[in-house]
Amino acid sequence: MRIGVFICKCGTNIAATVDTEAVARKALEYPDVVYATDYMYTCSEPGQDEIQQAIEEHDLQGVVVAACSPRMHEVTFRRAVEKAGLNRYMFEQANIREHCSWISKDTEANTRKAIDLVRMSVEKLRFNHPLFSSQVPINKRVLVIGGGISGIQAALDCAEGGLDVVMVERESTIGGKMAKLDKTFPTIDCSACILGPKMVDVAQHENIHLYAYSEIESVSGYMGNFKVDIRKKATYVDWDACTGCGLCTEKCPAKKSFDGFNEGLDTTTAINISFPQAIPKRAKIDPKYCWYLTKEKCKICQKICPVDAIRFDMKDETVVEEVGAIIVATGFDLVDHSVYGEYGGGHYPDVITGLQFERLVSASGPYEGHIIRPSDGKEPKNIVFIACVGSRDPSIGRPYCSGICCMYIAKQAILARDHIPDSNCYVFYIDIRAPGKNYEEFVRRAQEDYGVQYIRGRVGKIYPQGEHLIVQGIDTLLGIQVEVEADLVVLATGVAASVGAKELAEKLRISYDEYGFYMESHPKLRPVETNTAGVFLAGVCQGPKDIPASVAQGSAAAAKTQILFSRDTIETDPQIAKVNERMCIGCGKCIDVCPFGSIQWKTLRDGSQKAEVLDTVCQGCGLCNATCPPKAIQLQHCTDDQILAEIEVLCAGERHG
Amino acid sequence: MNQTEKRIAYYPGCSVTGTAVEFDQSTRALCTALGIELVEIPDWNCCGSTPAHSYDPLLGAALAGRNLALAEEMGFHVVMTPCPSCLKALKGALREYEEKQHAFLNILQMPFSGQIRAISVLQLLYEDIGPETIREQIRYRLTNKVVVPYYGCLLSRPPEFARFDDPENPISMDELLQAMGASVPEFPYKTECCGAAYGVTQNHIVGKMTGRILDMARRLGAAAVAVACPLCQQNLDLRQSQVNRYWHTTFQMPVVYITQLLGFALGIDPKKLGIDKLFVSADDLFKETSEPLENQTESTSA
Repeated sequence: MRIGVFICKCGTNIAATVDTEAVARKALEYPDVVYATDYMYTCSEPGQDEIQQAIEEHDLQGVVVAACSPRMHEVTFRRAVEKAGLNRYMFEQANIREHCSWISKDTEANTRKAIDLVRMSVEKLRFNHPLFSSQVPINKRVLVIGGGISGIQAALDCAEGGLDVVMVERESTIGGKMAKLDKTFPTIDCSACILGPKMVDVAQHENIHLYAYSEIESVSGYMGNFKVDIRKKATYVDWDACTGCGLCTEKCPAKKSFDGFNEGLDTTTAINISFPQAIPKRAKIDPKYCWYLTKEKCKICQKICPVDAIRFDMKDETVVEEVGAIIVATGFDLVDHSVYGEYGGGHYPDVITGLQFERLVSASGPYEGHIIRPSDGKEPKNIVFIACVGSRDPSIGRPYCSGICCMYIAKQAILARDHIPDSNCYVFYIDIRAPGKNYEEFVRRAQEDYGVQYIRGRVGKIYPQGEHLIVQGIDTLLGIQVEVEADLVVLATGVAASVGAKELAEKLRISYDEYGFYMESHPKLRPVETNTAGVFLAGVCQGPKDIPASVAQGSAAAAKTQILFSRDTIETDPQIAKVNERMCIGCGKCIDVCPFGSIQWKTLRDGSQKAEVLDTVCQGCGLCNATCPPKAIQLQHCTDDQILAEIEVLCAGERHG
Repeated sequence: MNQTEKRIAYYPGCSVTGTAVEFDQSTRALCTALGIELVEIPDWNCCGSTPAHSYDPLLGAALAGRNLALAEEMGFHVVMTPCPSCLKALKGALREYEEKQHAFLNILQMPFSGQIRAISVLQLLYEDIGPETIREQIRYRLTNKVVVPYYGCLLSRPPEFARFDDPENPISMDELLQAMGASVPEFPYKTECCGAAYGVTQNHIVGKMTGRILDMARRLGAAAVAVACPLCQQNLDLRQSQVNRYWHTTFQMPVVYITQLLGFALGIDPKKLGIDKLFVSADDLFKETSEPLENQTESTSA
């Protein structure tokens, strides 16, 4: 084999702490290496040209590039060598940046390590073979997980583009957090009025199939061909029959059921429809509160239902959907403020969350849009808003900014002043974060036009005194302690990852950060992709963001799906396991260990049983390779021979320096 | 998890050997009544208080750590101290040991494993004995008596190494008082600052701050304030006349140690609990209002 070695300086990223010229010189001594050089930016166009010219001039059969991580540029270089006529798998990349030059400032040691890394790559390349992809058809259906504004946007954009969409929503209605909001900043337009039509579009679009009150059970397969098990949770109501008339909810005697849609500010009936604009507008029974399901008496809803839709014997049901791409838009939950003992630990009824305030002020909420205190129904005159509750607070393990709270409390203070003109509104804040379009102006309007009093400082204590709540805080601009006698306190509770986010991530094989937010593939350049091909992100599940950003991501994820589906087939990755039938002893151990079920039995003409790999299912993890006793099953491009060759030169090779 | 050790090391600290001798008396009497033997660490030294760790955290930690090492050497698993300031020094020493083991041992020059627990008397009562056991053992109930618990700053803080109760809204003393039958309102100033050592240098600050605490207790109808810290007790009790001068008030609010109250509830002679050492008399609290459980007519003092 004739091998060329190219050492990248990466500007000073590598060259500052690795003597690239020495590495190139050394590489020329290795077997089969006929050409070696270093270059300023190997990934640049002239850098790639140089590789291609060298392939031609020196009749190279394999190329090693020592540069950054293969995660960064393996695809780039593979494409470059392919253009020059080589098979793309006749290329190896040694990582001398992340694994070497960036780690230590010791040039001598780094150079020594770089030489070793290049030596190993050359040795592996000597055992490489050309590999070829095959084409498999793409299933052009997309699964959208989560029916909040981000998921709705993604689903509608995909459906409008002609794709079949399957939407799965955990709650009994779509709409997510936005459906609970009264108004939206900075325009104060009605949340339900701008979201409602989109929810109806989802329900009516012929390309969208909605599974509400359902959860993802498991996901298998790969980009282009996922298989998803969806568990439809028992609603105890036949939704095909139910017309959403609501008669049952009027007569249900179990009126003390937890009202999740109203954030626990109100109670509801055991059989209920979340809210009048629910999509789908169907009744469901909460089995925790239903008298019949807990005490075996009642059945009033069954008697009253005009279409005979009540099914007390309903069980969870699993359906299977096959899709080619998945958009994850699972949203968020609020930080649990009961960790703040100084704010009452959740025990004071008139200390409420930002989302509870939205229900309070919403015309469709429990108090029909009148701002009143949950404890005694009186109209509050002094309302205190506290920013950064559960955000920017390392003491409870949440150092990040939730990004939306400064804006939503400005909005809520404006609404409060609007609803109760003789009220006083106070906002305790640390910093005001209002970087969006028209956001800063909006906050200024709250302060100047609506007379909301902004106090820069934290609140240290809230305690009840008579009918009031005493809010003790500090005004850091005046340097004095302040005390406000409040009637209602609104905590700007921060954004936390959705309950169950980590479990779902594991099913989807995508990664998440320490707070449970899903990791994008690149923080700047691949914001809606994950590291699992064919799985895209949209909305707050990836990190705190407001409605415009969530909608933008929903559309971006839809665009990424359309790009993927613009082709009819995808290339399979040839870096998969392969069985050497002559060596296979038919023990079946590989079948047992394969996590993807991609190995099956095959009967040869002589009747003997051998293992066979399903090319399209194998993910190339290598478990079978490690397990196989006679080493008959080999992971292509990462065979035992290749790994051993690398180890051998590393261990037995001469020591440098 | 926390099995009650019947024999534990006792670190008195300087306060309870001087200004807060009744805290020492009542703690010892109470532990005896509860069947816990306190063994005073022989040759114990100063915990370092505020000056030591302000000067050099590691040196201060080793100073307090010597007491822990002595207790370990005697085979104890638990060191209890009544004083929260000493407690912070001891817990701080354990944390410093966790983080800088090598440097810590270098200064200490004694064998030390860091396995020993340092707890306050409140922590002993709440975690190791527990309100339920207390409830079973009491002989006199504080029925109809409103007592407010005042924790001050250090009993549950800093949370990183106090690792006891809720740092912002502690409830351990609340539950112990409830177990004694007292009526315990939610006391919003339970962790407000008492002014601490400003009592010595600028006592108008203490006057102002403790005045607010006493006022809140009065407004809640309290018959007494329960405390578990010698400095808090001093500022609220000894300096109550200064508070009255500052605010032009007439507070006569007994400020008693939780150990005194609990000792009394368990039937210990109030004299052995150092009741007479209190500046604002708490005699009424210990005589009139408490009803004996078994015999309604039995006198409360032996």
